Amino acid sequence: MKTFASILDMEQFRKSKLKKHKPEARHVSICCGTGCRASGALDVVQELERIMEERGVDAEVSTKLTGCHGFCEQGPLLVVFPEKILYCQVKVEDAEEIVTETLTRGKIIERLLYQDPSSGMRISQEDQIPFYREQMRLLLARNGQMDPTSLEDYLGNNGYIALAKVLENLEPAEIIEEIKQSGLRGRGGAGFPAGQKWEICRQQEEEIKYVICNADEGDPGCFQDRSILEGNPFSVLEGMTIGAMAVGASEGYIYVRNEYPLALSHLEQALEQARQYGLLGTNILGTGFHFEVNICRGGGAFVCGEETALLSSIESITGEPNPRPRPPYPATRGLWGKPTVINNVKTWATVPLIMEHGAPWHNAIGTEQSKGTMIFSLTGKIRNTGLVEVPMGLSLKDLVMKIGGGIPGNKQIKAVQTGGPSGGCVPEKKLDIPLDYEQLSKAGSMMGSGGMIVMDESTCMVDVARYFLSFTQDESCGKCTPCREGSKQMLLLLEQIAEGTSGREHLSLIEEIASSMQDGSLCALGQLAPNPVVTTMRYFQQEYLAHIDDKTCPAGICRSLITYSINPELCTGCGRCLKSCPAAAISGQPEELHVIDPEKCTRCGACRDDCRFEAILVQ
Amino acid sequence: MSIERKEIQPIIEKYRGQTTGHVALLQDIQKEYRYLPREALEQVSQQLDIPLSQLYSMATFYNSFNLEPRGRHEIHVCMGTACHVRGAPRILDRLSQKLGVGPGETTEDGEYTLETVNCVGACALGPLVTFDGRYYGQLTPGKAEKLTGRKP
Repeated sequence: MKTFASILDMEQFRKSKLKKHKPEARHVSICCGTGCRASGALDVVQELERIMEERGVDAEVSTKLTGCHGFCEQGPLLVVFPEKILYCQVKVEDAEEIVTETLTRGKIIERLLYQDPSSGMRISQEDQIPFYREQMRLLLARNGQMDPTSLEDYLGNNGYIALAKVLENLEPAEIIEEIKQSGLRGRGGAGFPAGQKWEICRQQEEEIKYVICNADEGDPGCFQDRSILEGNPFSVLEGMTIGAMAVGASEGYIYVRNEYPLALSHLEQALEQARQYGLLGTNILGTGFHFEVNICRGGGAFVCGEETALLSSIESITGEPNPRPRPPYPATRGLWGKPTVINNVKTWATVPLIMEHGAPWHNAIGTEQSKGTMIFSLTGKIRNTGLVEVPMGLSLKDLVMKIGGGIPGNKQIKAVQTGGPSGGCVPEKKLDIPLDYEQLSKAGSMMGSGGMIVMDESTCMVDVARYFLSFTQDESCGKCTPCREGSKQMLLLLEQIAEGTSGREHLSLIEEIASSMQDGSLCALGQLAPNPVVTTMRYFQQEYLAHIDDKTCPAGICRSLITYSINPELCTGCGRCLKSCPAAAISGQPEELHVIDPEKCTRCGACRDDCRFEAILVQ
Repeated sequence: MSIERKEIQPIIEKYRGQTTGHVALLQDIQKEYRYLPREALEQVSQQLDIPLSQLYSMATFYNSFNLEPRGRHEIHVCMGTACHVRGAPRILDRLSQKLGVGPGETTEDGEYTLETVNCVGACALGPLVTFDGRYYGQLTPGKAEKLTGRKP
């Protein structure tokens, strides 16, 4: 393996690589992100390669295992180049036909193409599918094109052009100025201007400084950081190297969530290769600049995604990591008391793009105050689940309807939850709001790390609020009282509402606790924890009142407030429900109407899950 | 259960003198034994001069550590938001009912450990569980039940 002695050395290597690369040559790119792997992508790859070898096709056609393409709902995904034919939901049994028809004869297999649910049309090209067409994929652009475990491939996809440019032409102050001009704001949630943070750190008169990548993506329902680390780990390393140069750091840390084994493995491989090629370590590209990166694995504690708790988790040899009061902010006193820049994965991955294309390019995308693109994890009751990158300012409605393809079935959209457990619910009537930091805050929600969960009429908002709060309550580190006790008491009140044992005074009590938590908690975990509760109370008051006054759950979710019965017109007496009931609450003779004993029924829903005739009624 | 010194020693050596990364140390031990045996923590405490109470403080703070031996098979039910709205609680109920254990517990015969996880990030496939590290998505309670291959 080669080590680049200089920038010129690297550029010559890139040129020779590109010369050998024939864009018109046929190759297959298979999405091997966590989502597609879970749907069996690796089995497909194995079978495909076996058949290709058997037929001797492997001499002309190569396969490439790439990171996440984003369209997880349709996985495993496979793209045949140069035509860019996208095959969806590919199974092992399809491998043979793909080799004989498409790879050998260039024929498209209709049934594997994406079918547009509204028109029923089959679409062959990736970029013609509405899900991709409406997006602006900058950070995710290279995910489907490169092998994430190959630095050479990253170089072939314009990797390290930005670092070369920075090392050759720019002074640290100029890098910071460029980032400031670009309008880049922290993508971790709060949206603090990145350039300003770097500048504060740079101004500190300390010899030792650090840069940290926060990859402790703890929000349930979020996987964009994971996908970047899995699909393009080098972009994060390149961004951190540029950042380190700007602020004057020679050491960096990446704090990765332990639940992401694949991201961790790709990151480790990337670090190893970057060191070997001379793009990390001492004397990077012969310029005399030193920078080293270490990986820290998280231990499954949500609070460690909070920057000061994260610092304490890296620092601590032992004991519990805890958030600490600010100021001082990490940029002045961070890791081991030294000035430290902490940015999110997406922020770091954006840096090389800005340095390569220039601040005006980035500044031209987005809204007045929010620049660039944002990646959302679109999940929940939505047709096209997946990763979506859009310019800031796109309306929430367009994202959900055009890219997400709307709600499956004949159900109505009810709300969209953004920002994870710290965010809030945006109701259907407010879906026109443009997606940027300010507008989302105004609606009571937040950008957060980009989670976006769509809910339909069968979702109970009290249950949703309870779900998020039980999450934050469980993850509260316990250091400060407003968060520890406040979340516990608030959860108790919500549970009483869900159980039908509450009065209207519960609502004002919840509001009171919410404002104490917002004002008195030490870190964002506690300050923002009331958000899902407060926004659902604000926008779905009627639903709360139905639970409190009428003791009913309109969505049919809260167990204490619903009853199960069997619709005599639809029941065929097949006996499936009788077998599935764990409480032996169902009785009936074969082929005769079955009945549920409400006294014995635990409302677990097992009968409804197993009934083939939709005969189970929930009221 | 006594533990083999030869297994723990290389792990301790790897972290000797390091000023950071003791979460990773515990993770390495857990990878070896699939839980954190008291004997192993005692060894670490003695050899690296860390109070045992501090190691337990970490082991109980972070969700990913287990202080009890695990079953031969581990089932993790994803309780992330996307899975939640698509019916994860019912999957958990059904598995719990079938195995006769609650989340965090191991069946008496040591065959299965049932766990919940906050989110594995494969939201498109929800509700989903991981069974010995393998993902099983788009589950119904019925399908989930079949994974265990045992009668309730």
